[in-house]
Amino acid sequence: MTGPALADGEGQAVAASSDAQPPAAAGGETTTAAAASGETITQPTLSVDSLDVSYRVRGRDRLALRNVSFQVGRTESYGLVGESGSGKSTVALALTRYLPRNGRVSGGSISINGADPMRMSGAALRDLRARTVSMVYQEPGKALNPSIRVGRQVAEVYEVAGRPRAEALERSAEMLRRVQIADPRRVMERYPHQLSGGMAQRVVIAMAIAAEPSLLILDEPTTALDATVEAEVLDLIAGLRAELNTSVLFISHNLAVIAKMCDRVGVLYAGELVEEGPASEIFSQPRHPYTVGLLRCIPRRGQRKDHGRLDSIPGFLPQPGHAMSGCVFVPRCPIAAEACRKAPPPAFPTGQDRTSRCYRHEETAELPRNTPADVELHTAPDLAGEPVITIANLSKTFVSGGESVQALRAVDLQVRRGETLGLVGESGSGKTTLARVLLGLTPPDANASVVLDGRPLEPTAAQRGREQLQAMQIVFQNPDSALNRRHTVRRLISRPLAKLAGLSGAALAERLTDLVRSVRLEERHLILRPRQLSGGLKQRVAIARAFGGGPAIVVCDEPTSALDVSVQAAILNLLADLQAKEQVTYLFISHDLGLVRYLSDRIAVLYLGRVMEVGPAERVFSGPHHPYTEALLSAVPSLDGAPGTRIRLSGEIPSAASPPSGCVFHTRCPRRLSSGICETTEPPLAEAEPGHLISCHIPIDQLTNLQDIGPVS
Amino acid sequence: MTDILVAPVTDATARELPSWRLVARRPGFIIGALILLFWIVCALFGSSFAPHSAYAQQLLATNQPPSSAHWFGTDQLGRDVFSRVLVGSRSILLVAPLATLLGTVLGTALGLALGYLGGAFDAIVGRLVEAVLAVPAVIVAFLFIVAVGPSAQTEILVIGFIFTPLIARTVRSAVQVESQLDYLAGARLLGEGRIRIMVTEILPNVLPTVLVEFTVRLGYAIFTVATLAFLGFGVDPATPGWGSDINANYGVIGAGYWWETLFPALAIASLVIAINLVADSIERVVAG
Repeated sequence: MTGPALADGEGQAVAASSDAQPPAAAGGETTTAAAASGETITQPTLSVDSLDVSYRVRGRDRLALRNVSFQVGRTESYGLVGESGSGKSTVALALTRYLPRNGRVSGGSISINGADPMRMSGAALRDLRARTVSMVYQEPGKALNPSIRVGRQVAEVYEVAGRPRAEALERSAEMLRRVQIADPRRVMERYPHQLSGGMAQRVVIAMAIAAEPSLLILDEPTTALDATVEAEVLDLIAGLRAELNTSVLFISHNLAVIAKMCDRVGVLYAGELVEEGPASEIFSQPRHPYTVGLLRCIPRRGQRKDHGRLDSIPGFLPQPGHAMSGCVFVPRCPIAAEACRKAPPPAFPTGQDRTSRCYRHEETAELPRNTPADVELHTAPDLAGEPVITIANLSKTFVSGGESVQALRAVDLQVRRGETLGLVGESGSGKTTLARVLLGLTPPDANASVVLDGRPLEPTAAQRGREQLQAMQIVFQNPDSALNRRHTVRRLISRPLAKLAGLSGAALAERLTDLVRSVRLEERHLILRPRQLSGGLKQRVAIARAFGGGPAIVVCDEPTSALDVSVQAAILNLLADLQAKEQVTYLFISHDLGLVRYLSDRIAVLYLGRVMEVGPAERVFSGPHHPYTEALLSAVPSLDGAPGTRIRLSGEIPSAASPPSGCVFHTRCPRRLSSGICETTEPPLAEAEPGHLISCHIPIDQLTNLQDIGPVS
Repeated sequence: MTDILVAPVTDATARELPSWRLVARRPGFIIGALILLFWIVCALFGSSFAPHSAYAQQLLATNQPPSSAHWFGTDQLGRDVFSRVLVGSRSILLVAPLATLLGTVLGTALGLALGYLGGAFDAIVGRLVEAVLAVPAVIVAFLFIVAVGPSAQTEILVIGFIFTPLIARTVRSAVQVESQLDYLAGARLLGEGRIRIMVTEILPNVLPTVLVEFTVRLGYAIFTVATLAFLGFGVDPATPGWGSDINANYGVIGAGYWWETLFPALAIASLVIAINLVADSIERVVAG
């Protein structure tokens, strides 16, 4: 429906005319400026040239971006990847002059459609933000005004462009339909808090594209969403991009998402663009040691803890404003040479449209590993052994305000000594509730039976004796919340030794030293408090606490989701090593299926508090599997090419307060049987093959056929 | 062991200044602390450096306006107002901090219990606390002192008890924020008892809130002590005190003897302002 919206060569000119006569961009008519842009079509939408940005902190300017140059061509999708603190978001903020008060562009230039936002007047800048550049942030909840109905907020975009109110509402409904909201009129009547995260993000995207911007900046747009919802939103963005001819700057820490969404990619490290080029080439043949390291930190399809350890990147991101004479990556680089320390490397061309800021970019293919691949002392868990914990008929009902919500329903599970049981499912599936019930932080419903080492487990932690407390511990998701910030590391680690292991004096000191060493902390860390440690070190302290009492079972609740990729690998290696050494059982909860696959021996898939499937990790992943498992796996973007877009789930997980009848998954199941049995009868969790249980009406051989055939509409 | 992470430890420690240094950098704190220090010195040693005796009556020189001999003039009994103001800081600086301390200790204990134990305890005791808050504080103090008779101990107890529910309410909400955090679940999994969790796990984390509450309440305490004295329920009407001096002299403002009321009033104001400046600086640093 649209012409090349706002493809004018002179942003300034548009800006000047904006108030008197809104350009027709939002209306979808062909603009005069676009007609005159025959030669500017080759000009990139966004061009950033040797950009320096600094933040003034405590009276000192600290450089957050240095010498960053890249271009985003017309209709191109450009990805910026980097870990936290690399400066990704600073790029986005600088482009639209949204830098905080203490930040400023201290060098270089930006050009959006030929105009430099740094030199714009207030009115021109407002116009740039209103019509030329749109941004979508990570938290949709924060981007919407909680006290204004969705319809009014979307319509405002059109009203700013000068449309009358009735027409603006009409167009809003149309735009919401374009972002695949089935019933736009109803959604427009709602307030933002009444929308789910995925729905809210669609509304934000609708608002962002309503003005048909020439540049759309997406800053971690799916990071706060569930994998199944993320897959839908990413599909939507890809579809809209093809439709609107918009250039996209996609910022993410997730390499697989960038690989899926972007034509070109730039890798940011400590404020410098260390490597840049076509996405497919960068991810298959990286030419900078940092990119190589980052890719090696991620468990690849089929990689498992007993086949080989993950590689990791030692050391830390330099502090912002670091004064370094040579390459920024030198302190963490396994192939750093004398030349690397002397002068910052220029951008070497490493192929067509590719550059790498590395003197030794030709040697990156054989980059030595930082962590040896060999697995130390691994013994496979005895799959026929006695279970260390047996859970039978475990339900958990929360009652609030007269309404009861069943978070877990009749869960039966067994976990053997030394094995890892992965728990997967969308948020709201009951993973964390199961962990909290087992730990005794919240009591289960009556009639549940949990047997630990042959003895029934008391329902709450307060009722458990030392032995039972000692047996089960947890590593929480967020170490900032899990560690008392007023206590020192020594105190944090010593307490479980005293309380659970019953140690004191010299014995305690000796065990403390051992423990600190085994989680790869150092003596000098003992006197520090949590805020003085990096995220990875804090999580090591939390792991040391969990292992202090010599537990039989450790629950790992998303232990790496608050950490950066390079740190995540080191923590996963540590967990695998500790398990091999201590023969401890893990309940590993994660939304990241790649991690679950890497670490788990068996996997249980939860949906609305019910176990849909449980079995050996390899069987659950390779299939035949439950249609829900199939959908979860399809949703995960992969770095290895081969996009797993076989089936998609539509809609969100139903409310546990009123679960669907029959099979709870039938409302979203793409393989629902036409006989109607799925709507009426709940399928039993039955053994489909030895040790592999599936709760589905479809017989296993039929599932095998279906899932090998491929796409279903 | 190659994936040992080396934290930028020295860097981090160097930048984490202890918060009292950040407090001390604030101009508001410096001004407030200097005024406060001045009055503390007066309270301790005022009688030794006051130009006149605070008690000596000069019946031939009553109601003298400010002059070089009597900077703040003299009152109806010919006593030197300047000396009385200096010495008068003693009673207020004795009663107010002790009363606030009592209220803070009791309020913090109650707030910890309400916030952490929650449930029925919070529902019942919490309602009682709110009921107490609904009663006007000065009237309660007034009635109590009438019943028991004025003395420093009575005033400390009365003001301390009035502050207890106020402080408990603030501490309770700070504790509830802490209760959401996983470290408390971690402590329960170690089998720690409730008292220990409250005292060693939560209390250190709510201390900044308690400190802010103490300084803010101290300002109110001074105000309350002065008000009680003004109403004639001071510790002892004969000893110099700002509130009681205002009470004794405000009747003669109409006759033009303003200095006898103004200077004690300014003294009260300066002390309250000084404490608020200090409280505000601490609050800002604590809030980050």
